Amino acid sequence: MNITLRVWRQPDSDAPGKMHTYQVADVSEDMSFLEMLDVLNEQLTIDGEDPIAFDSDCREGICGMCGLVINGLAHGPGKNVTTCQLHMRSFADGDVIDVEPWRAEPFTVIKDLVVDRSSFDRIIQAGGYITAPTGTAPEANSIPVNKADADAAFDAATCIGCGACVAACPNGSASLFMAAKVAHLGLLPQGQPERHSRVLDMVDQHDAEGFGGCTQIGECTAACPKGIQIDLISRMDRDVLSAIAHRK
Amino acid sequence: MSVNLSNYYVDGDPIADSSAPDVPLHETWDQRRFDANLVNPANRRKRTVIIIGTGLAGGSAAATLGEAGYHVKNFCYQDSPRRAHSIAAQGGINAAKNYRNDGDSIQRLFYDTVKGGDYRSRESNSWRLAQISVEIIDQCVAQGVPFAREYGGLLDNRSFGGVQVSRTFYARGQTGQQLLLGAYQALERQIAAGNVEMHTRHEMLELIVAEGRARGVVVRDMVTGEIETHMADAVVLGSGGYGNVYFLSTNAMGCNVTATWRAHRKGAYFANPCYTQIHPTCIPVSGDFQSKLTLMSESLRNDGRIWVPKEGGDTRHPRDIPTAERDYYLERRYPAFGNLVPRDVASRAAKQVCDEGRGVGPGGRGVYLDFASAIERMGRKAVEAKYGNLFEMYEQITGEDPYEVPMRIYPAVHYTMGGLWVDYDLQSTIPGLFVIGEANFSDHGANRLGASALMQGLSDGYFVLPPMISNYLADAPFEEVGPDHPEAVAAAEAVRSRIEKLLAVNGSRTVDSFHRDLGHIVWEYCGMERTEEGLVKAIDLIRELREEFWRDVKVTGTNEELNQTLEKAGRVADFFELAELMCIDALHRDESCGAHFRAEHQTEDGEALRDDENFAYVAAWEFGGEGGKPVLHKEDLVYQNIQMKQRSYK
Ligand SMILES: Cc1cc2nc3c(=O)[nH]c(=O)nc-3n(C[C@H](O)[C@H](O)[C@H](O)COP(=O)(O)OP(=O)(O)OC[C@H]3O[C@@H](n4cnc5c(N)ncnc54)[C@H](O)[C@@H]3O)c2cc1C
Ligand code: FES
Repeated sequence: MNITLRVWRQPDSDAPGKMHTYQVADVSEDMSFLEMLDVLNEQLTIDGEDPIAFDSDCREGICGMCGLVINGLAHGPGKNVTTCQLHMRSFADGDVIDVEPWRAEPFTVIKDLVVDRSSFDRIIQAGGYITAPTGTAPEANSIPVNKADADAAFDAATCIGCGACVAACPNGSASLFMAAKVAHLGLLPQGQPERHSRVLDMVDQHDAEGFGGCTQIGECTAACPKGIQIDLISRMDRDVLSAIAHRK
Repeated sequence: MSVNLSNYYVDGDPIADSSAPDVPLHETWDQRRFDANLVNPANRRKRTVIIIGTGLAGGSAAATLGEAGYHVKNFCYQDSPRRAHSIAAQGGINAAKNYRNDGDSIQRLFYDTVKGGDYRSRESNSWRLAQISVEIIDQCVAQGVPFAREYGGLLDNRSFGGVQVSRTFYARGQTGQQLLLGAYQALERQIAAGNVEMHTRHEMLELIVAEGRARGVVVRDMVTGEIETHMADAVVLGSGGYGNVYFLSTNAMGCNVTATWRAHRKGAYFANPCYTQIHPTCIPVSGDFQSKLTLMSESLRNDGRIWVPKEGGDTRHPRDIPTAERDYYLERRYPAFGNLVPRDVASRAAKQVCDEGRGVGPGGRGVYLDFASAIERMGRKAVEAKYGNLFEMYEQITGEDPYEVPMRIYPAVHYTMGGLWVDYDLQSTIPGLFVIGEANFSDHGANRLGASALMQGLSDGYFVLPPMISNYLADAPFEEVGPDHPEAVAAAEAVRSRIEKLLAVNGSRTVDSFHRDLGHIVWEYCGMERTEEGLVKAIDLIRELREEFWRDVKVTGTNEELNQTLEKAGRVADFFELAELMCIDALHRDESCGAHFRAEHQTEDGEALRDDENFAYVAAWEFGGEGGKPVLHKEDLVYQNIQMKQRSYK
């Protein structure tokens, strides 16, 4: 099939950017979306033009490195997939496809479709961990964990930190990202001692980074490649309230 | 052997591991830890350690050394330490916990590892790995890694290839992700505490060796192009494996050999480069545009049955082929282990049936992995609970529903057992340069068992490196060496001129096109099956292609910007040099062992035929200088606790 792409090009974070149009011919439906961009980049290189910069690494939906807004949707039209898992069989001959970077104030564009997501690491630094220095751990089976809690903790822990929730949210909130970590650790017995400080510190950092507040619109869950559920945000809000109550 | 090997390399002095204490095997690690020197907490802050990599190995090491109070500088090429390729590991991590009460023990895990590695690994290292395995699970659970649990709330296990016990811990199909997030979170805690300085989007391009010790690295800031020099008291490489030399592999796009290769050129020996693991269960290649291959976890072999039609050219729908006309070739050939034979055996068997013309799918390069009996036996729900995400992944990529139609799979490059040579302390032949995780060669011999790489990465990073690097740093302070030391200046200069050279070629072919061609050569001649004739040919082809690369590659843009083409070009340039050494290593090892299968050496029924008399050693290669021949140093492998046998899984 033949595709028309309109791609956001921006030389660096200071320069203005704009959409450029490219024609890509003979696209196979077995190609992934990023492989289609690879093919275009090969052509641009041969023609002596600057290839389009975009992030990707594992190309199997787990590292969270890739992320494009495709036709206005974070990670494109697929359900529960990352950009690298999107295949061209989701498109048709003659389609015109818009490709843009994640848009959110804390996610500065570095070049073309590559953005800075270091704010996510700083949110984790603020409290997204369980303090368990190496060598201090008790025998693993000494603390049984109810299977339902373990499974729910796992579901929350599958977040890949890609940032699609932020890109999809009209408020530019990272609440889903944060709530997933708060739930993962807060559902486990090991996570209880720091449960209150964790949630308050993470929320403070989130706000300091310039992410917006959550108004329960739900675009985040719809865009999340891992299907992280929005009710985790309410769970986090309850944790915040209980933490504040305990702080007094 | 008809070819004159002295055309390819020269023999050097033997090499030995002198740091494992001479005590009974099961006491080795305890004794070594006891003998190790300690660094007083007040002095730790004064010692800087550079760690390249934030995977299971590098991330866990950086967190642990940060906790201990060292000043750590940690680097990765991704935008966050959480994205190291360890994140992609699916199946699980081994530990000799014996929670199933099925006869497991440290000794059995040790035995399985050495046997699985086809008697080409060091006894001392494999024992230590098995011993530490139990502590790893404790550590990860304490961090909140959500391993799968049973209804009683205790940890669950499953089985992996090459073993008859159930000792693999897992977190659905995302074990690597969960383990890495545990290490990442511990690391972020140390970053917040100011103990670890994190440098993301920075690629190490040169090692600095000054006054006889590894003292720093030269890195490129991948956003601005700035070339930076970082100095330290010791350098640790946890930079992962080099499977991307084959172009197509299950590794991430950015996985590279540059960090270890640059160290090799500075004097670190490279051990057993030809030991590369081809994983039996990957999704087959579908077209020329393909950029990577996707693994289907080995755990699928717990319940999936592998088969091909008995007759070649049988194009019926798989469901229309009656059982009597199917060949469940693994179950037939290896009744004791069945579908759970080790990876090298399963991969080769798949290649054989496809070579016989019995392969399925486009191009005949595939075999079926069928869940029909499992669904019948356990019900669809149970299969979904165990493998749901893997089935979805398969469907997304192929457009086929594996609950209805058997999966089609084919072997793909997955893991590299070879890597920089290290002693028992994980120190390379350059004092002060330590190598951990997949980047070293240490524990798996000629073939790694499933679920043992995660174990090794975390064993190295959490438990082995920290006391061993302390032992080294106890001798500090070393000579005053700053960024203006001539060796540091020269290293930075070398990086700059190499970049300039790549940008100056301005030829007509893309980096990827060279990489793809290189990958074809290595896959064809140094892949699942190797022959003397093929390897000799491959070496010539690689040299020609490399020469063409430096004459005709096209790298657009400049250094002073985010330039992904330039990044790739530097990596591919190093892959060329590595590929040649891999082929030389494979050529010199005139036997079959584990994943290294020389067609000239096989038993009557096609199994790898070792030559213990002549090849029971580690081949540690020294860089022979620009255009010079590599120098072979042999480390003899002595087995005192295990009897070397023809591996049998029948
Ligand atoms: C798809 C897949 C599935 C797997 N499943 C399993 C499994 O189920 N069980 C199991 O035991 N093993 C499995 N393995 C193997 C295992 O995941 C790896 O061997 C292991 O995770 C490697 O860890 P590492 O820390 O050594 O390296 P990696 O995780 O690869 O980390 C390398 C680090 O080095 C950095 N780096 C590399 N080069 C440079 C450079 N030049 N400059 C700066 N930084 C650099 C990277 O940024 C990264 O942070 C799997 C592997 C793959 C590919
Ligand atoms: S590249 Fe890793 S999730 Fe897409």
